[in-house]
Amino acid sequence: MTEIVLDVRDLTKSYGGLKASDHLSFQLTRGDIHAVIGPNGAGKTTFIGQVMGDVRPDHGSITFAGQSLNGLSTPQRVRLGLARTFQIPRLLKEQSVEDNIALAVQARQGHSFLFWSAVAQDRSLLDPASEIMRRSALSARAKVPVALLSHGEHKQLELALALALRPQLLLLDEPMAGMGPSESRAMVQILLGLKGQVSMLLVEHDMDAVFALADRISVLVYGRIIASGTPQEIRANAEVRAAYLGEEG
Amino acid sequence: MAETNINLAAGARSWRWQTAVLIGLVLLLAALPLLANMLGMPSLISLATRIVILAIAASSLNLALGYAGLISFGHAAWYGIGAYVVGILYRHFVSGEALLGLPIGSDQLLITLPAAMLITGLCSGLIGALALRTSGVQFIMITLAFAQMIFFFFVALKAYGGDDGLIIRRRNELPFVDLRENENFYWLSLLIAVVWILLLSRIVQSRFGAVLTGIRQSEPRMAALGIATYPYKLVAFILSGMGCGLAGALMANHARFVSPDMMHWTQSGEFMIMVILGGAGTLLGPAAGAAMLILLEMQLGAVTEHWQIILGPLLVLMILFWRGGLSGLWRQMMGTRHD
Repeated sequence: MTEIVLDVRDLTKSYGGLKASDHLSFQLTRGDIHAVIGPNGAGKTTFIGQVMGDVRPDHGSITFAGQSLNGLSTPQRVRLGLARTFQIPRLLKEQSVEDNIALAVQARQGHSFLFWSAVAQDRSLLDPASEIMRRSALSARAKVPVALLSHGEHKQLELALALALRPQLLLLDEPMAGMGPSESRAMVQILLGLKGQVSMLLVEHDMDAVFALADRISVLVYGRIIASGTPQEIRANAEVRAAYLGEEG
Repeated sequence: MAETNINLAAGARSWRWQTAVLIGLVLLLAALPLLANMLGMPSLISLATRIVILAIAASSLNLALGYAGLISFGHAAWYGIGAYVVGILYRHFVSGEALLGLPIGSDQLLITLPAAMLITGLCSGLIGALALRTSGVQFIMITLAFAQMIFFFFVALKAYGGDDGLIIRRRNELPFVDLRENENFYWLSLLIAVVWILLLSRIVQSRFGAVLTGIRQSEPRMAALGIATYPYKLVAFILSGMGCGLAGALMANHARFVSPDMMHWTQSGEFMIMVILGGAGTLLGPAAGAAMLILLEMQLGAVTEHWQIILGPLLVLMILFWRGGLSGLWRQMMGTRHD
């Protein structure tokens, strides 16, 4: 029995004359890594923005685990079990890796209208945070201010923050962008380790990573899904080769 | 590993050392009236009282401005309203007239201070709820606009003195302590300032404080963590307004006078300068900034009546070259890293 965790129907979003999403429909099966590929400007980030609630669609519906997301704010969607990473990292740069992750753990635990106890001594935040840092290979950098980390480490921390929320569905916006080959391979290993535990929508340009990870691939061009299928089907698809994979041979 | 242990030990040592410095500082401040009388300069006590009271206001603004990144250009309104609560309650206490049909009026500090905080809390909650719908430059302008509206309201309020303000003939009463003695009023203000700043230090280290620091650095990140920021910003704005109200209520007692000047936009600007000069987002920076600004104003005022011509460029230079304000300078001297 396969369950559809994310069901997008007829999503439409225009910026002036530009159609970022053009009657876009998309289904993601629970447990899958479903990659969305497409040329620059195809509307991939806008698509993630609409699923997360940062961008309001003109038309269409988004259903997550049987519940309509229409009209819900980003924080409400996150509390339902969605989480995202940003293509350009958005982190608390003045603070340490540990502070960032502890705040994500804190956010998962409910409201933060607690004014007295110091977070720096709170084992209920620090213990889960150190476990997440261990799994994300960031333990050695726990006390380092985020501003001093490398780009690759920023991307790792982006993922760690999303995982700290224990999401059902993870939206990854180009997690390998700007990474070197070895960092990129390490990220693929981390994501493979998560496969099956959390459903993932993966937007990525690194085709080696996409074909190594994805159970299904959808190709987005000018706001429309022009093809969707297993990696083998997509590799064989003539239209996709013409539109996108062509230059990669 | 060994290196980490050394760092931790050094951290604990510097923390203990800083605590010792702070306790020493508070004791020194507590001893100040005795020293002033010994040196035959009793006017120092009044100056120190002003600084201590303004330190409460600056530290409170810092919660919103320095920690949550809410650049409010209207906090003088809460300072002024706190002062007017004391003035108006005193006026009704003396005249015995009812206020809005209620037999209100008091000269008891234990009533007037909480009343000032309650009313500034309500007012800042109301205005904050509206102003926080905006952000960035719009937020700066809208807080300024609301504060100016409140300023002109009190200028027009002839029943309570209009431009001329209200004179409070006697300081509020406190059981067992004669507040008419300047030393006693100074010690009381110092005690309240220490308690308030300790309270703020707990708040900024708490879960609530962690959310505020996050809001300052990246609101989209907070949303992506599932945190709806608006209620946190509102509570920070209210707490910060209440602290300024407390400072205003103390200042009304200290000066025995209240006027709309206390809520003029230049006063809001002075609070901001204190915070930035001392170091926004640091615990004691704003208090140090308050002391620095008042002492500078006084010293330059003694040299020339056009002291603002000197003070302005001096502030610009200090803010340009002392990154992180006085706190940044302190950290450099102590060799500790900001984190």
